[in-house]
Amino acid sequence: MNEPMKAEWPLYEVFVRGKRGLNHVHVGSLHAADDQMALRHARDVYTRRNEGVSLWVVRSVDITASSPDEKDPLFSPSGDKVYRHPTFYDIPDNVPHM
Amino acid sequence: MADIHTHESDVHDSTYAGLLVNDAHWAFGTDFEDPLAGVDTTVPDGVDPAALAAYCLMLGDDALVLSQRLAEWCSRAPDLEEDIALANMSLDLLGQARLLLARAAAADPDMVPELPDGSPVPPEDRLAFFRDDRHFRNVRLAEVPNGDFAEAVVKVLLFSSWRLALLERLAASRDAVLAAVAAKGVKELAYHRDFAGRWFLTLARGTEESRRRLIAALDGLWPLWPELFESHAVEQVVAEAGIGVDPAEVAAEVEVVLEQVFAASQIDRPTRGALAGVQGLKGRDGRHTEALSRMLAEMQVVARAHPRGQW
Repeated sequence: MNEPMKAEWPLYEVFVRGKRGLNHVHVGSLHAADDQMALRHARDVYTRRNEGVSLWVVRSVDITASSPDEKDPLFSPSGDKVYRHPTFYDIPDNVPHM
Repeated sequence: MADIHTHESDVHDSTYAGLLVNDAHWAFGTDFEDPLAGVDTTVPDGVDPAALAAYCLMLGDDALVLSQRLAEWCSRAPDLEEDIALANMSLDLLGQARLLLARAAAADPDMVPELPDGSPVPPEDRLAFFRDDRHFRNVRLAEVPNGDFAEAVVKVLLFSSWRLALLERLAASRDAVLAAVAAKGVKELAYHRDFAGRWFLTLARGTEESRRRLIAALDGLWPLWPELFESHAVEQVVAEAGIGVDPAEVAAEVEVVLEQVFAASQIDRPTRGALAGVQGLKGRDGRHTEALSRMLAEMQVVARAHPRGQW
């Protein structure tokens, strides 16, 4: 080949569900040529210390993210509304898991 | 391990926090298993311990030597993800080798090299690091130098397809230790074969250059393929005793697997003949290619310089 390959594999985001975890947790990213390869790379890179029982991979470009510029209008308004937490109720002693 | 918490609990925490225990445990893993927990280690009735040991040495050396070759890929693979994948497979095989060499040493302590009195080196390490190439019983496919990534893919495909078939049968061994090691290895090798099979297909259907390299790699390693299915006298003895597998018995089913990979990849089965032995003696007899002694020199040098070393 005269010209070196310049094309990079697309980036994927990796989510792992731990043995006792309820939800998949974002653990990092990796490069892969396609979805199946991404799943196997995720297994090799992110579950080699016996961390997981389930994997999700998603192309990074398919994630729509909020912009740091929008931080204030999106998140600041909830900063002073502590009453949205249900912490002002007296919970009877015989109600578990609260 | 103590619970790891990533943040201070606080009154506004989510109610899910208690259910998750903590959100860092995925990073460390839990519930590691000892593959030999509760396994009966006595040699079964009617089995020659020396034959059992010799057989364990064969399977253990196959794994040890290929493990070392795959470890040589570390930091040299085409990308980070493949680098880790190859290292993972190397470690799987090293784990199998450790159990098998320990089993060999337990069945026949006479085969373990002598070290100075008081040396803390365990028997499986003595076998790994203090034997010369002529005492290794691995097939020669495991020892040949690495070459390019296509050669790694082809070598792992050939080796794992063969060894997976062996271990699937070995899981029914009358020897409880061999059966347990095989049951553990089957899961590992199933992944190795999947990895190599997918890459074989990818390289075959990739660019002109990747296909050219794949065909060259397959052609180059093919002369080492028939040796994998030749039954050695030791393998025949342990197969008859119900503790081992005669590799000739798995040849047909492994060929079916390879034919499927070749067909999907539109690759012709190579035609080159088998690599001859030395006066008919091959890897299982301790007659190896020159590459093994060079590999062992590097692998063993530190351990041999410190025969009383504790690692």
